[in-house]
Amino acid sequence: MKYTSQMVAKQYFIFALILLAGEVLFGLIIGTQYIAGDFLFPEIPFNVARMVHTNLLIVLILFGFMGATYYLIPEEAETELWSPKLANALFWIFAAAGVLTILGYLFVPYATLAEITGNELLPTMGREFLEQPTITKVGIVVVVLGFILNVAMTVLKGRKTVISIVLLTGLLGLAVFFLFAFYLPENLIMDKFFWWYVVHLWVEATWELILGAILAFVLIKVTGVDREHIDKWLYLIIAMTLISGIVGTGHHFFYMGAPSYWLWIGSIASAVEPLPFFLMILFAFGMAKQRKIQHDNEIALLWAKGTAVMAFLGAGVLGFIHTLAPVNFYTHGTQLTASHGHLSFYGAYIMIIFTIISYAMPIMRGRLHGNSEKAQKVETKAFWMMNVGMLGIAIVLFIAGYMQIMMQRWATDGSAMSFMDTQAEISTVYMVRLLFGLLFLSGLFTYFYSFFVKEDSN
Amino acid sequence: MTERITKNMAKNIYFGGGLFALLVFAGLTLDTVQQIPKLSNDDKITESVARGKNLWEVNNCVGCHTILGEGAYYAPELGNVFNRRGASDEATFKAYMSGWMAAQPLNEPGRRKMPQFNLTEEEVNDMSDFLIWTSKVHSNEWPPNIEG
Repeated sequence: MKYTSQMVAKQYFIFALILLAGEVLFGLIIGTQYIAGDFLFPEIPFNVARMVHTNLLIVLILFGFMGATYYLIPEEAETELWSPKLANALFWIFAAAGVLTILGYLFVPYATLAEITGNELLPTMGREFLEQPTITKVGIVVVVLGFILNVAMTVLKGRKTVISIVLLTGLLGLAVFFLFAFYLPENLIMDKFFWWYVVHLWVEATWELILGAILAFVLIKVTGVDREHIDKWLYLIIAMTLISGIVGTGHHFFYMGAPSYWLWIGSIASAVEPLPFFLMILFAFGMAKQRKIQHDNEIALLWAKGTAVMAFLGAGVLGFIHTLAPVNFYTHGTQLTASHGHLSFYGAYIMIIFTIISYAMPIMRGRLHGNSEKAQKVETKAFWMMNVGMLGIAIVLFIAGYMQIMMQRWATDGSAMSFMDTQAEISTVYMVRLLFGLLFLSGLFTYFYSFFVKEDSN
Repeated sequence: MTERITKNMAKNIYFGGGLFALLVFAGLTLDTVQQIPKLSNDDKITESVARGKNLWEVNNCVGCHTILGEGAYYAPELGNVFNRRGASDEATFKAYMSGWMAAQPLNEPGRRKMPQFNLTEEEVNDMSDFLIWTSKVHSNEWPPNIEG
């Protein structure tokens, strides 16, 4: 660690990992409710547990991004962070707001939560992923603006690298597109259209810039490859991301009330969407092959390569499979979407956070060459358990989605099964999903354990 | 292939391509925003439909159900529930809705549970109007069949 202010990242990483444990736990709860409908009812109904599951995911990714940014920006800018105090203060504000919101979900009925937080003054609640009370959303805006100010001031007073500019662009995009969360028109279709401005333009545009920047940073550090070379790749990846991803928003506009031309435009643009992820694989493996140094922190490089592969499988392959309009006609809103959602969020965003933590955390704990061999071995085990677990979840949900389409959607002669009957037929598949979920959880615990493996005495 | 691309070329592709994509998307957005009112029968959004949408939101219905394919996948699609449970007849659907909402949670062990939301008769009526309006949105013939 070259700058003491990089240390502010540590709390962000630790908190992100705690939230991840919570997210997985609630994933297991709703996974169980898929099989046993009475489970935890009426104490924690499905919609509440799912909201906790998805909101924890979003917040933990934001914490991870912030930690990554605070860690890498001083090193890139070659100067101390503009205000470590602000970074620490914002951490506590964001953490408190996050915890309060989750507790609100769990202990107050949602309609009451909307009432006591004054939703009628500026209605924004009750949409998937944007369930947060308006006041929490305002808090998120304040925290993100303070965060961006801190980062921008640091970049301005120091060295301006491609990585920090790309990262900053991604963060600005994240902030700007979140503002659409405050637009809630009476017309459901208009509402849906701009809802995607937040959801899609986050995960398939601006967040990918952040992902690319973090990946490039770690690759420079652990492979020692020339920055010029890395920068070129970073530009190529994010160019393809924006070219395909922005218009690719159109693949959500097929069957929700938007004009029909989106069937074509959305299909064509999203056919290109796997490309940036494929480039990411070439990038990660290419840089690893051309490496100039043999960094002792081998597990960080494994996470980096893993991110590229799993993001490609989840976002690229599973995304592409159901993104063409005639296919999406049948897959829209089935378990296939859930399959793609799980592997892409994990592969792209959770794994990049593991990557940066794996690289930065040992350094912040005074282990400049990475964790001990023993600890890395444990972490490698965790890497495989979590990857196999999540890949298993994705494959099983894919099968569930396929069955759902065949039983419930395919027949048009009136012989199709109802939604509930179909779900009952699929329940064995959901049991297998739960098993993979348990494998993932054990992987996560193994990962946590790797932090406590004692360093070798030599 | 990538050897022939310089960093500068890559940078230009990023800025040029990114800007181009943003402009295309902005243009399409303008057109879509003008078309949505007609495609969705904006003029049929009565106060009751608007109140129904608000109820849909503050009770987090989308946390279990899908509506036009978006939401959670735990409970049935409701974009076409008017056709499925009301046979496209308003009186039939509203009668069904008040019975259904009052009966929750169903006492069937093991079945996925819908909470009791304690909506008033008028609120159930608003919710029904919202779902009736939604069922008439032009959605490119989706879903494939009545089961949603």
